[in-house]
Amino acid sequence: MSDDVTATMPGESDEPPTGRPAGSEPPSVSVLWSTPDGAPPGPDVAAAECIHDLNLDQVLAGIIAGRDEYGLAEFFTRPVRYVADVHHRQEVFRDLEQDAVRAALEQFATSMRDARAQSGSARKRHYLWQSERWFLGAANAYCAAAARLTEQLAKAPLTSRGLTDLTAYLERYVGSSAFLSLRSEALDLVDRLGQVHYDLLIRGVKITAGHYDEEADYSKVVLRTFERFQQGAVKDHRIQHNPSVGINHVEAKVLELVASLNPDLFGALASFYQIREDFIDPVILRFDREMQFYFAYLSFLVPIRAAGLPICYPVVSSDSKQVRAAAAYDLALADKLTRSRETVVLNDFHLDGPERILVVSGPNQGGKTTLARTFGQLAYLASLGCPVPGREVQMPLPDRILTHFEKEENLDTASGKLEDELIPIRDIIAHASTNSVIILNEMFNSTTVLDALALGRVVLTQMSDLDCVGVCVTFIDELSRLSEKTVSMVSTVDPDDPTVRTLTLVRQPADGRAYAIAIAEKYGLTYAALKARVAS
Amino acid sequence: MKAHLLFRGQDLDATRELPWNTGDLAADLGLDGVWSAMAAGDDLVLQVARLVMLDPLTDPDEILYRQEVLSDALRRPGVVRQLYQVAGEGLAAERSVYRSFFSNRPEQTLGRSVAVLDLFVGVLRKLRQVGEEHAPGFRSPAFQTLFAVLADQLSEDYLSTVQQHLKQLRFRSGLLMSVRLGEGNQGIDYVLRLPREENRTFFKRVGLRKPTFSYTIPDRDENGFTALGELRDKGLDDVANAVAQSFGHVLSFFQALRSELAFSIGCLNLHGALEQVGQPLCFPVPKTRGGYACSARGLSDVGLALRSRQPVVGSEIAADGVTLVVVTGANQGGKSTFLRGAGLAQIMMQAGMFVGADVFEASPREGVFTHFKREEDDQMVSGKFDEELSRMSQIGDHIPPGALLLCNEPFSSTNEREGSEIGRQVINAMVDCGVVVVLVTHQYNLSDSFWQTREDRYLFLRAERDAVGGRSFRMVEGEPLPTSHGQDIYQRIFGRTLSWPTPETS
Repeated sequence: MSDDVTATMPGESDEPPTGRPAGSEPPSVSVLWSTPDGAPPGPDVAAAECIHDLNLDQVLAGIIAGRDEYGLAEFFTRPVRYVADVHHRQEVFRDLEQDAVRAALEQFATSMRDARAQSGSARKRHYLWQSERWFLGAANAYCAAAARLTEQLAKAPLTSRGLTDLTAYLERYVGSSAFLSLRSEALDLVDRLGQVHYDLLIRGVKITAGHYDEEADYSKVVLRTFERFQQGAVKDHRIQHNPSVGINHVEAKVLELVASLNPDLFGALASFYQIREDFIDPVILRFDREMQFYFAYLSFLVPIRAAGLPICYPVVSSDSKQVRAAAAYDLALADKLTRSRETVVLNDFHLDGPERILVVSGPNQGGKTTLARTFGQLAYLASLGCPVPGREVQMPLPDRILTHFEKEENLDTASGKLEDELIPIRDIIAHASTNSVIILNEMFNSTTVLDALALGRVVLTQMSDLDCVGVCVTFIDELSRLSEKTVSMVSTVDPDDPTVRTLTLVRQPADGRAYAIAIAEKYGLTYAALKARVAS
Repeated sequence: MKAHLLFRGQDLDATRELPWNTGDLAADLGLDGVWSAMAAGDDLVLQVARLVMLDPLTDPDEILYRQEVLSDALRRPGVVRQLYQVAGEGLAAERSVYRSFFSNRPEQTLGRSVAVLDLFVGVLRKLRQVGEEHAPGFRSPAFQTLFAVLADQLSEDYLSTVQQHLKQLRFRSGLLMSVRLGEGNQGIDYVLRLPREENRTFFKRVGLRKPTFSYTIPDRDENGFTALGELRDKGLDDVANAVAQSFGHVLSFFQALRSELAFSIGCLNLHGALEQVGQPLCFPVPKTRGGYACSARGLSDVGLALRSRQPVVGSEIAADGVTLVVVTGANQGGKSTFLRGAGLAQIMMQAGMFVGADVFEASPREGVFTHFKREEDDQMVSGKFDEELSRMSQIGDHIPPGALLLCNEPFSSTNEREGSEIGRQVINAMVDCGVVVVLVTHQYNLSDSFWQTREDRYLFLRAERDAVGGRSFRMVEGEPLPTSHGQDIYQRIFGRTLSWPTPETS
């Protein structure tokens, strides 16, 4: 992130540059980027700091959890710079709202995962006969999944460019002779191997293999004899044999015996393994990975939605600085609260006309920091092209989100706290452009009110001069009256707290009965209380 | 194959936890003495007696089912004790076969199961023979069914077939199985096979159809031997499971039979002990469920009879349709004994046992609960009054409508006005919820307030006291009196009279 690149940001254009001659065949298909070449050239938004400050590191960790193999962190730490890319992604999200489409794509992802596991498993096998068979299984699963997905997508009413392009590609691919021959060869081999049925005779240390000869099932005879002794038996003593575990050298020897019994079939299997090495199409490989961006995000939202919290597609623009959020909330906090079934508080805020900065003040523990985080999260998630936590949201597409949250005091530095705080704030102002979003939380808390007011005024004035949008949480409410660009918001408390009991003593006639009843009440033994307990 | 000597069509659940108030019930009603007379040193009997008596039957048919089993046992104690002994031999047989704790491999499971089952067959045969010999002397449906099942399921033909299989399952002439190929060409669908007749040679060796290919594990290939064992296990898995389950089933049959017989043994022991004391006993008549009914003659506390080694005086009670029994009267007049006797008889009836009475007819209740005055707060965590209240509160948490609640001087650890106010609230709430309450109290304020209601369904009993202060330890019907005759006792101890204060009649 160097300053000169920031200066050349083409904030006015919604379309990314393609650098591709018009009319040529797209070399690839992407469900993440509106240019099929992928992410356009340009700097990544300085993400790491703001991700941490906005508690988005918790959210992102939750989103990508369990999907390590896809390397999704890269996608989620790279907000887009062009509105066209936001729209490209929102379109895909909207297509995924159709249950049939989402189910088909998720099923495909599962199949691909299985196929990869099988072919990865093939590579790890010590015994060739086994590697070959895992490889065949992977190829077969891949073919079936690709064919099924193509069929399902072809009949789905898709509107996103990402998925319609992909469907067109898939249709060409599964119709190709290369794919068709791979598929029929794999099916045939799987079928023939499934029919192999052999006998093993173990006597002492000698194992003999022959073809199965329809000998009687002795298990059945034994089971029938002992049936009357098995009533009500619940414990299962059977050993679960894990088929994905590799075979041992004796089983490998047995497999050799079986191959000797079926020489033609095993010969065909060997040549399939040699000829069909890289069977997964690179476009499909990329698509499979990119789709995980959507699945990961949507599955993170499942419990949030189940708790009844609103989610919406934000209106994102590169030429308006209007901010509008109805029923918005902090996604990290909501994730935590919904787990413990607690209520999530929703907030509204907006910046209209010349307004640029929300100045938030008021009592502590009143949700000020949460509001600041919510603002930043909306900007960040919107610029990922994702649905955001709120009922209705409009955000400018930022080139950067710059945040300042109070750090733990650093004991190693000789410099004072105020100085530690001023340096990053200076850097923020230095890096910000008119298209940035700035979130300043609890600025200058460590200094005197007078200093804080003076310094805060300087910082906010600089923000105003840049004309960028943002939030400033402060204990100095004067800052909210700085100019027409600042808007005041305050946290509030409920004046009647019903949980606290009064300790006031009032004069009343003493009454032994009342005392007894008070004790009985304590133990739930009054007539009414006890009756309700016993009857229930 | 089920014993079902305690429940019609159901096993005794030996893992069932004792109810939360076991400690209170045992202490208040003197159950420990009864249980130890039943056990006569046998831990299993003790454990089962406790379990069964604290899990009351509420269906009169179920109670009669068990009474019939006990009648059989009382008629043929020798045979019942013999069955108990044979079931014990089965359990001992299982313990005699070494069990490896380090392996649950099918072949080892199979080996042990086969060895134990071999021994079990002998015990089962003995059990059937006892049945064959004595079945005609038993009248209860439970024993008749048990003997019929033994005769039917354990015929000599069947037992010898089982023994043949147990021999075959040692696979002396080789192990044959069929296999298919799985996803990674590994073997799957292992099925144990019986070799074809034509492939068994003169030397009892098994062969396969040609062509065949063989592999022999080289000497000193330890891993190879282990792998071979695993391969055998795959073929043996289903069979090992079936045989192990059979072994488990027979074992649990022996366990159930012995546990369920243990209850009969306990009753035989108790019956013997009480007969020796000379305490009159009878099988109670469980009345159909519905309203509360209880009428008895000679109702006595068998626990006291066991402790004092002499027969105790019984009381008479006619409490059909009553919802609250208020017992007042002389100190040391036998009120607590009466309360314990009533509780014990209720519990014993609902366990299907005989009771200490000449006649006892009562409706089963949804459990018996006790709230007795405690001498001290042994935990020292709360004051005595708090302790009493929290005990009652726990009862409130657990007691169902239709239960029987025995209260012995509740809330007497505070002053009478407070205590009786709380007592009224608690007892009215219980009664209105359909709990039948038997209340022993000295608090005139409390007992009189129930008397003043003139409620037909309240029964008032008084510990009998003659004109000169002598006590008969019997309960007679009578309204609460404003004194508990403490002066009698005072006089006896101190040898002089005391002017007793007149209680408030607020």
